[in-house]
Amino acid sequence: MKKYDTPLLDELEKGPWPSFVTEMKKAGQKNEMANDAVGHLEKCFSTRIGYWKHGGIVGVLGYGGGVIGRYSEIGDEFPGVAHFHTVRLNQPSGFFYTTKALREICDVWDKYGSGLTNMHGSTGDIVLLGTNTAALEPIFAEYSSRGWDLGGSGSDLRTPSCCVGPGRCEWANYDTLDVIYNLTQEYQDELHRPMFAYKFKIKAAGCACDCVASLARADMSIIGTWKGDIQIDQAEVKNYAANGMDINSEIVGMCPTECMSYDGGELKIDNANCKRCMHCITKMTKALQPGAERGATICIGSKAPIVVGSLLSWVVVPFIKLEPPYTELKDLIRKIWDWWDDNAKPRERIGEVIEMKGMRSFLEAIGVEPQPQQIKEPRKDPFMFYTDEDIAKFKANEAEEKKTGVYKF
Amino acid sequence: MALPERKTDIGPPHYKQFMPPVIVNNYGKWKYHEVLSPSAMVHVAESGDKLWTVRVASPRILATDSIREICDISDKYCDGHLRFTTRNNVEFLISDEKNLEPIQAELKEKGFLSGGIGAGISNVVHTQGWVHCHGAATDASGLVKSMMDELVDYFTTKRLPNKLRLAVACCVNMCGAVHCSDIALVAVHTKVPVIDHDKVKNMCELPTVISSCPTRAISPDPAKKSVKIKEEKCMYCGNCFTVCPPINIKDPDRDGIAIVVGGKVSSLRTNPKFSKLVIPYISNEPPRWPKVVAAVKHIVEVYADNARKHERVGEWIERIGWEGFFNLTGIEFSYQCIDDFTFMRDTLRTSSTFKW
Repeated sequence: MKKYDTPLLDELEKGPWPSFVTEMKKAGQKNEMANDAVGHLEKCFSTRIGYWKHGGIVGVLGYGGGVIGRYSEIGDEFPGVAHFHTVRLNQPSGFFYTTKALREICDVWDKYGSGLTNMHGSTGDIVLLGTNTAALEPIFAEYSSRGWDLGGSGSDLRTPSCCVGPGRCEWANYDTLDVIYNLTQEYQDELHRPMFAYKFKIKAAGCACDCVASLARADMSIIGTWKGDIQIDQAEVKNYAANGMDINSEIVGMCPTECMSYDGGELKIDNANCKRCMHCITKMTKALQPGAERGATICIGSKAPIVVGSLLSWVVVPFIKLEPPYTELKDLIRKIWDWWDDNAKPRERIGEVIEMKGMRSFLEAIGVEPQPQQIKEPRKDPFMFYTDEDIAKFKANEAEEKKTGVYKF
Repeated sequence: MALPERKTDIGPPHYKQFMPPVIVNNYGKWKYHEVLSPSAMVHVAESGDKLWTVRVASPRILATDSIREICDISDKYCDGHLRFTTRNNVEFLISDEKNLEPIQAELKEKGFLSGGIGAGISNVVHTQGWVHCHGAATDASGLVKSMMDELVDYFTTKRLPNKLRLAVACCVNMCGAVHCSDIALVAVHTKVPVIDHDKVKNMCELPTVISSCPTRAISPDPAKKSVKIKEEKCMYCGNCFTVCPPINIKDPDRDGIAIVVGGKVSSLRTNPKFSKLVIPYISNEPPRWPKVVAAVKHIVEVYADNARKHERVGEWIERIGWEGFFNLTGIEFSYQCIDDFTFMRDTLRTSSTFKW
């Protein structure tokens, strides 16, 4: 195996934080591809430029996603990375593993690939970094026969992912792990065979803490929430106070809606004015619990800045119950995809299409009524669309008012 | 040797088979948790059962042998159960309290870095960089390593007013949630792309290239059967390069790093926020990016000294005002910080009530 001189990368083996260079060299000790990846990276560091080509079309038979083609411009110099494709394996909900499962993943990968992984990629997949085209079918046969399937890539449903949810969190307002497992199984075709205008990401967070950054980077963000009063254990409130928490400054004073009060005795919450931000619950988790009627808010449209600016997801369905088999959610997803399909230009995310076509068009298509929970504030300009039906409805209401003599607004 | 029979569309394995019995038995019935230290916490179920978690950092890129070493430790103390976090940490799931001290001792002895829980700095969400991406303007893993070597105490022991989420994007595509982090680095291009006309005419679809430009700087160049770029309109986003590789935007001397701050994804107290630009350009200086690291550390320290308990970076800045942020940090305010693209209307000040 060729020994590369790597003075720049060696600098990144020093210091207390775990070193990715050490990992690459470790894989490189027994794998030619990983070894060449180290040499290739050193060259990038010395010239301050990358040498990977744009992805190529590679994959496994019958799938259009799950493998990202990667070739080097300087494959002659580093033959081990001339082909260096990524394989995405669909992670289990919540990233739970047994060591048996992880060892199995490693053994197959050592046999066919570079031995380098990302645990995990940004979308959530187990990312297997670096293999060649000939190895793809064997890799797929080995993994799928052991119960592992590929994730998404390209213009398809990207691998859905979620927070740890009810697996290990007291704040999960619905079963994020099960919703994601269930949706992933339901939409295998959309995940593996790109048929959309662009990517579509679904991320499930159990509460407003959003540990999976759903609101910022998912076309569909499913954020757990509740209806009803926050459940208070006053004895535990006393314990927090006794243990030194300044409840008025840390909890009451930081409540964004000023709906709490505390006089040293009982903690009181004006629940009608609570917007369920989770601050108090996260800080006093022994004393406070979300209300009893649990569900989620569905938000749509977030994406990174390319190309006319980032979007955060917009509230579309303020509250939905999420219980197996999730029929209402699945119906909604189908309607969203149908409308997106009908209206998107190539490489247009759903949020961009909503911006182009207007939220009304979208809401009507998916059968959701306009509600004040969907907006921060109403429109400021007076340029709006009226349909003949809108005016007919306004007129009919007024005719009714004339009859009854009572105005209704 | 014959390959096993392939199966299609089976989806991921069911998660429950990977969970320790204490989770299966108390699934959805957790009552509360306590953070015991920056590296350990305990979750208590309604049944009274307890699950201890010990968190360690990973460099995200892991060799298979390192995964096996992690497995060895899990086999010894966790009956072979573990998980990863959305920020690339490893979490050892411990069902028996008597294993809590020994696993921490062994992790320390083996050189693992424990921490990342609670009001400090957790692992860094980042992109592939030069390790594996065609569009990378810098190396994400290298920036993360350089930055975290300097900030490591905030992972292991030192506490901050609240969590501080760091992220690194190796180009403006910003894979991952870089655009909503407390402090994030994003690699930027600063020069108009160079067009290889001979290749453009063979490799690219011209209408797609022209429509890829958000500022309409690209128009047809019929003589060359290619496109031309109006230089003064180009904002170096690289979207044309994404759809047409022979339009090369990479430039080793001009590519650099911008720093954005004040974003968050949670809705705790205040609504989720985008990160905003405070430092538009620092030269791309591998392998250690000393100026970038110094800038991030400086911002972290000013936040640590000035924010109130539970305030995230963005909430602290909203309270003191952006003029307050530039005053306190001493960062020079530059033209680039004023939005002249899609968010201009929302971001210019419309009142005379600001701080000096």
